[in-house]
Order: sequence, then C-alpha cells, then structure tokens
Amino acid sequence: MRILIENFTKRFGADTVIDAMNLEVADGEMLALLGPSGCGKSTTLFAVCGLHVVDDGRILFGDEDVTGWSPQRRNVGVVFQSYALYPHMNVFDNVAFPLQVKREPGPAIRRRVSEITAMLEIEHLLERLPAHLSGGQQQRVALARALIRRPGVLLLDEPLANLDARLRLDMRSEIRRLQRETGITAILVTHDQVEAMSMCDRIAIMDRGHVHQIASPADMYRNPVSTFVAGFLGNPPIAFLSGRVRGGRFWLDGSTAGIDLPGGCEALEDGREIRLGVRPEHVRPADSGPLSGKVSFVETHGRENLYDVTLNGGQVLRSIQPVRGDIAPGQTVHCRLDTDKLLVFDREGTRL
Amino acid sequence: MPRARGSGIIVALLAAASAPLVLMYVFLVIETVGEAPPGQLLPDGFTLENWRFLWEDLPGKANIWAVTLNTFIFASATTVIVLAVSSTAGYALSRINLPFRAYFLAGVLVLHAFPTVTLIIAIFLVLQMIGLYNTLTGVILVKASLELPLGIWIMKGFYDTVPWEIEMAGVQDGASRFTVWRRLILPQVTPGILALGVFSFLAGWSEFILPQVLAPDNKVQVLSVYLAGLIADDYDLNFALFKSIGLFYVIPVVILYLFFQDKLMNIYGGGTKG
Repeated sequence: MRILIENFTKRFGADTVIDAMNLEVADGEMLALLGPSGCGKSTTLFAVCGLHVVDDGRILFGDEDVTGWSPQRRNVGVVFQSYALYPHMNVFDNVAFPLQVKREPGPAIRRRVSEITAMLEIEHLLERLPAHLSGGQQQRVALARALIRRPGVLLLDEPLANLDARLRLDMRSEIRRLQRETGITAILVTHDQVEAMSMCDRIAIMDRGHVHQIASPADMYRNPVSTFVAGFLGNPPIAFLSGRVRGGRFWLDGSTAGIDLPGGCEALEDGREIRLGVRPEHVRPADSGPLSGKVSFVETHGRENLYDVTLNGGQVLRSIQPVRGDIAPGQTVHCRLDTDKLLVFDREGTRL
Repeated sequence: MPRARGSGIIVALLAAASAPLVLMYVFLVIETVGEAPPGQLLPDGFTLENWRFLWEDLPGKANIWAVTLNTFIFASATTVIVLAVSSTAGYALSRINLPFRAYFLAGVLVLHAFPTVTLIIAIFLVLQMIGLYNTLTGVILVKASLELPLGIWIMKGFYDTVPWEIEMAGVQDGASRFTVWRRLILPQVTPGILALGVFSFLAGWSEFILPQVLAPDNKVQVLSVYLAGLIADDYDLNFALFKSIGLFYVIPVVILYLFFQDKLMNIYGGGTKG
C-alpha cells in the first residue's frame, strides 16, 4: 500500500520537531529513514503508525486519509527496537495475539500462526517464553507478530540495533527476503547507513526534522546533495578539503597544490571558497605530483588498509588501498585523485 | 570440617538469642490448654475449659463464629475494594495523561500521611448521618478508603516499571486500551496485586480502632473488638481465656504468612523479568 506523507508537522510543546515534511513510499517499496539520533525519524514512524498525533498535514495509505485514525484501525505492523514481546505469553500466544483480539476462530488462528512461524523458521519455539529465546529468535517472533494480520504497511524501528554483528548480517537479508516475499510496503528507521544502503530500495536521509535527500542507495552515494549526506553515507567516511577556486582549479588552503575540478565546475568564479569531497576509494598513490603529505595513520581491515594522509597545510585525506607493505606511518607520499568522481560543495555545504 | 562447625556455632548463638521468644510462644499455647494452680509455672493437667468459647457463647458476648465471619467479611471486602480501585487508579496515574495528575498524586500522598485517629470523629458523624453507623458496610468503606492511598501508590510504582513499548505494541496489534491493560499490562504487575492483597487482608483482619468506634454492636462485631470486650470487664478477668481467643485470632494470619511469604517479598522486586 502506498504511503503518502503531506506537510507533516509535529510539535512537542513549543518545539517544532518536524516541519512540513513530505514523503512518498511507493507500493511494495522498502524505504529507509536514515539520520542521526534526534533527527525526527522515529517521530515520523510513530506518526505513520498512529501512536503520535499529527499536528499539521496529512497521512494517506493508498488514497485513504488515515490522519485521524486510531492505531488499532490502521492495520500497521510494527517491530520495535526492544521487540516488545509480551513476557508472560509463549511464542504462540505472542504471535496469535493480534488475531485473538480480532476474535478470529481458533482453528483459523492456529493455521495462520503455523503458516507465519514456518515462514520465519520459528515453528519449533511455539511453547517457549520470550525470556528463553535468543535475540535473533525474539526478533523473528516480533516480525511474525507484526506480519500475522497481513498489514498493509510494515514499520521497523531500529530492528537490528540490539543484535550482535554476525546476527545482524543474517537478519538484514532475512528481513529483506520477507519484505520481498510478502510484497509489503515497509519503512525502516535506522541510524546505520550500512543497514539503510543494504536493505532498502530508497533512502530518505533526515536531519533536524528535514528530509535532505531521497534517492536510491547507489544514487545517493554518487550524488549527495550536501556535505551532510555525503558525510553520512560511506564507510570509511568521505574526507572534505577546503580551499578556493582560481583559474578553474581548486587550490588547497595552506598549500600550493592545485587540483583539477570535475566537469561542469570549471566556470566557478575566482576566489570562491569551496569544499571538495573526496571518497577514500578515489585517492590513489602516485610517484610524483603536487599533492603530497605524510601518512599519519594506518588501519588494517584485512583485505584493505585505510590510510590517513596529512597533506602539507594540515588537512587530512583518507585513502583505502589493497593491503601493501611498502607504506608505513610517517612516510611522505604523493596522491592522485579521480577528478570526475570529486564532489564539489559550497561553503555552506550545498552541492555545486 | 571447620566450616560446618563455624556455622554450627552461629546457629547455636542465634538459637540461644531467640529462645526467650520461642519459649513465650510455647507457653502461650501451653497455658491455653493447661491447668496450673496459682503460683505454679508448669501445668499439671490438661483442659479444654479455656477453648469453650468455640462451642458455647460466653455470657453477654456474641457468638464467636458469627464474629469470625464478620471479621472475614470485613477483611475480604476491604481487600477486594482496595485491589479493584488501586489496580485501575494506579494504571491511570501511571499511564494516562490526566488533567491535574501531579496534584492528584501529591494529594494521595498527603492522605496517606494523615493519621486515621484524627479523622475518626468526623467519620463517625458522617456515618451516623447517612445511616451506616453500626453496619459492616460502613466500616468496610471507611477502612478501604483509608487503605487506598498506599495501595494506589504501590500499584503506580509497579505499573511504572512496565515498558511503554509493550503497551504500544498492544495498541498496534489492534487491541483496545482496556484489553491492553487487562491482557498485557495486568499480568506484568501480578506480584504487586498479590502482595497488596495480602497486606490489605492482614490490615483488615487486625484493624481495631475503626470497628470499635464505628461498629461496636454485637451483631457486627469483629474479633479485635470482641477480644477487647473481654478485658474491659475488670472484675472478671480470665487471662487463659483471653489467650485462647488471641491464639484463635492469630491462626489465619500465621497460615496466610506461611503461604504467601515469598510473594510478599516480591513487593520490592516488581516489574517484568522478561
């Protein structure tokens, strides 16, 4: 079911947390709400499921205006960060609860529960209490409970935050598989860019109540609209260099090194202050060249090494390279940048 | 085994320290069934003379079984009212955004701090005016309302420890607020309900001043008032009889403690252990 959020505004007391937000999630799509904590992503989620009252604007499911609907009426499945399983009920009762509340007949409930628990591979746990389940199993029970009513919309609030690293990888693909299999429209709230990029069709990146950009993960990575978006996506993170434009080239502050600008940016007027975004994979070692600096830090990632290069003038560049033994901290190196991959931002951080 | 001997010594010391207490209890029991001439410590005969109140009415006193039934009704009815009101009011104060919530909470606390005795004359007048003086209903209502402030606060504390998310999940699963309370939240606070229930029952069972003032009549007498009536008569004091009835009075309390002592401990450790 399509979700449309129109001019959604939320205030807590005198604070406007979200101001006139617009967002559309297409039918069957999985969208990530990504942002630092306190950016309003959970508030948006709670507005969609009906736990928060909308102060202004509308929320539509399909073509139906659900703004004034109670959470009970909206038929939205929610997986909470803490899973919120009912501690005194076993897995069967937890999963069956939404149907029991609707007073569906017993045999129908049993059939549906065995169907959904089979899909989530928890059918052998039906008698257990939540306290006797592992984190991953609790997560699956929470998903089963959210999906049993065949909701039109599935909302996931930081669903992987409480799992350990290995399990997180499994659940990532598991949740995505379920979403594809059921064709349900889903919104995932997360502060982890890797989760957002790997699980979702599109990402809406938020900061202080505003949506900065909505795009597919690959598109957003390649074409961020601002330094905020560019800095949020990518691990290891992007490095920013500040300097000025002169003669159609970029001149690093505190250094005599000139860098070619990517196509379309040669026309920038002389003397304009800009920031250059350089992703670590676009920095290569060179034998010679104007851009040089000292290796200040080396971090081993196994297959690759991450190098911090402190350029002449004090600014830091990051480079990720296949493991090599010939570069040590303290050594002076020359760098070459992939000109057409560079991202140019103005002083305020807007992409040029 | 030096360790076993060490703990043996400790047990022996504790036993010696508590011996006087134990002896007193033993003597309490012995004296109710023993015949001892004046001045002699140990009895030299067995008698059920002091327990005769069980099968015959003492002169001028009410029937013991009727009085026991009154006490039981009094304590149970108080408990039921306290539980019903505290479990709902505690929830409302913990979870629902009521107007004047903070003032209400503060007010409840003030009521709890108020000594009962200072109110008793006013209550007496009120009961007399509405025709509930010398009735069990009247004294039950008064006792329950005086127990309520503590009960509401205890239950609110228990509800506060239940995570909000359980409630949100329940609402999201399509349950009404009332169903959420009854099926999801109430089971999380059962330790509190049990403990509060036992506490109010015992408080009702041992209450003296309210029934004494508000329902002294033979027909509605409770055990504490009956017992007090026995020693009110200075000319005809029978200590053994008094002890026997006292023992009879305390038996239900002992039984209740035996069954519920682990549950009573829970009042400090409530909340979900999920």
